[in-house]
Amino acid sequence: MAAVTHDQLQEHHHGPTGLMRWLTTTNHKDIGTMYMIFSFIMFLSGGVMALTIRTELFQPGLQVVEPEFFNQLTTMHGLVMVFGAIMPAFVGFANWMIPLMIGASDMAFARMNNWSFWLLPPAALLLLGSFFVPGGASAAGWTLYAPLSVQMGMGMDMAIFAIHIMGVSSIMGAINIVVTVLNMRAPGMTLMKMPLFCWTWLITAYLLIAVMPVLAGAVTMILTDRHFGTSFFNAAGGGDPVMYQHIFWFFGHPEVYIMILPAFGIVSQIIPAFARKPLFGYASMVYATASIAILSFVVWAHHMFATGMPAAGQLFFMYATMLIAVPTGVKVFNWVATMWRGSMTFETPMLWATGFIFVFTIGGFTGLICAIAPIDIQVQDTYYVVAHFHYVLVAGSLFALFAGAYYWLPKWTGRMPSESLGKLHFWCSMVFFNITFFPMHFLGLAGMPRRIPDYALQFADFNAMATIGAFGFGLSQLIFIAVVVKCARGSGERAAARAWEGAEGLEWTVPSPAPHHTFEEAPVVK
Amino acid sequence: MTAHAKRRLAADNRRLLLRLAISAVAMFGFGFLLVPFYEKICEVTGINNFLRPEAEQGARAVGNTQVDASRSILVQFDANLHDLPWRFQPLQRSIEVHPGELVQVEYEVSNTRDVPVTGQAVPSYGPQVAGRHFNKLDCFCFAQQTLAPGERRVMPVVFVIDPALPEDVTVITLSYTFFELQGRNTAAAATVAAPVSGG
Repeated sequence: MAAVTHDQLQEHHHGPTGLMRWLTTTNHKDIGTMYMIFSFIMFLSGGVMALTIRTELFQPGLQVVEPEFFNQLTTMHGLVMVFGAIMPAFVGFANWMIPLMIGASDMAFARMNNWSFWLLPPAALLLLGSFFVPGGASAAGWTLYAPLSVQMGMGMDMAIFAIHIMGVSSIMGAINIVVTVLNMRAPGMTLMKMPLFCWTWLITAYLLIAVMPVLAGAVTMILTDRHFGTSFFNAAGGGDPVMYQHIFWFFGHPEVYIMILPAFGIVSQIIPAFARKPLFGYASMVYATASIAILSFVVWAHHMFATGMPAAGQLFFMYATMLIAVPTGVKVFNWVATMWRGSMTFETPMLWATGFIFVFTIGGFTGLICAIAPIDIQVQDTYYVVAHFHYVLVAGSLFALFAGAYYWLPKWTGRMPSESLGKLHFWCSMVFFNITFFPMHFLGLAGMPRRIPDYALQFADFNAMATIGAFGFGLSQLIFIAVVVKCARGSGERAAARAWEGAEGLEWTVPSPAPHHTFEEAPVVK
Repeated sequence: MTAHAKRRLAADNRRLLLRLAISAVAMFGFGFLLVPFYEKICEVTGINNFLRPEAEQGARAVGNTQVDASRSILVQFDANLHDLPWRFQPLQRSIEVHPGELVQVEYEVSNTRDVPVTGQAVPSYGPQVAGRHFNKLDCFCFAQQTLAPGERRVMPVVFVIDPALPEDVTVITLSYTFFELQGRNTAAAATVAAPVSGG
């Protein structure tokens, strides 16, 4: 295997060329690449929406966009980032890395894999195209709460169909991952020897199979309420709009772990590699991931403390939520314990992973604060919540994605990513991220509501600061394009099979870049 | 890998695929199962009693005959139409009542269209807390109202305000909104939730 050179692997690939190659490919590496390119494009479009929102909020008053369009922007920013950027990016990582990590030649269902990717671009077109239909895009917030979502124009229908399609895509992707991980492991690769990234994805995939259909059900109910005379959420017809929130968050809370568990997996691969020590507490990491996943099904109503729940319900959901801090804490302590007395070096992937622990933990703590029902009723729908979930989604999921991208770029492209550009990207992102989102805590505590295009004068300074930070953060991401383009064009230092000195795992036993076909003969793991 | 092992792996994969796909479909059904489940929980715990407020509160009000003459409440009446070419108004703007006192008021409605129209009135209360103590014994909102072309109808509301009404509530607004029912068209279905959320 090790003798396969770059020229040979070109010969290895038989089949259509040009566009047809990408449309018809069933190769897990091609599909993984497409997932990642797609999610990055969506990340940039969601980013443009975020910057438009921040431009409007630079000063009090209405300057740039109409309030209706502002609401469409906040809604679509959320939908695009969650379903278009973060989730497909992790599926892309899974496609590329899981077969390489467990010593499989490809995903279990290669053709279904192709289909689950190619469902995404039409869904994205539906979502983004809805800006241009009469009435504009959906403006009910990314949570699509009834009764607002029952009233909107056809942009809402397009968003519903887009969610259906993306849901089908995620479920197929998840089934593929479960089957691959459970059935396709190389001989000797027992479940408890699997790299943690595979473990977190296995659990994430189960979560996806369990909750994506529930979301599909919820938006189907909206659709039939809109057009087919049902009244699920229609109080005059005997329905209840609050029920929508229950069904949505029954999906929504596991969903936030769907977006963070693979990030935990990536960080758990990188920290041991650069601390040059095996991961501390591997088994406890697996159990912690599983307990987070199970607990995620019994905490959904902490998103709804303000809906008028009985005190007993508030207490149950409050304590159940706080319980999640225990397994999450186990993870953070294990990462820190892995670093303890390690021979650490801070190449770009390690910088991102360490940065992840730092900022993600801040987001975790504000989450714990929001979990306390009496405090949550104060900060409900304020910028405090906005700050909280951007700390866990941007500084959590996104930073881990960047960490993983820098870590595995040598395997994907055969070239080492530029350390100087990578470090610049990290430090700019880290500084501007905090300039953008840290002031939002203060805004929220002072009572600034979210999803509002205008605000009272006393909020002006922190908003101006957040807008400047947001533009800095947005522009910093262009550095990443430069890094990837440089690697993909084949400039930069050639990567060895084991690109990082301390990296462990089967993926580092195949040449860099990974040949088109790997592990045709399964390796034996001792 | 031998051909035999490959076939076995493919069969194993397909079996697992089938199981997972069935779970996904079952979870889609579970989403819909949450609807009756939610209604049952609301019924058992008594939260969200605006689902069937009249039935429950009517039953509760029967045993209550004690009039609390020490205080009086100003009840204001309001009438709204939603996309319905009717005339709809209360025959009295407001009335002073004692808690526990049986009161009857009237609303007038007339159909200005030249076709029969069926409508349903939905009540809401301000302040919201008053809804729980506003017991309607008879109300035109209990049934659908079908009006012939040009028909005018005077309809009663009979109610008792529960003496357990919090002391700080001195004014209650009872507001009705009439919706047209034509096989529950989307225009009517779209906005009905809003007025009821106050009740």
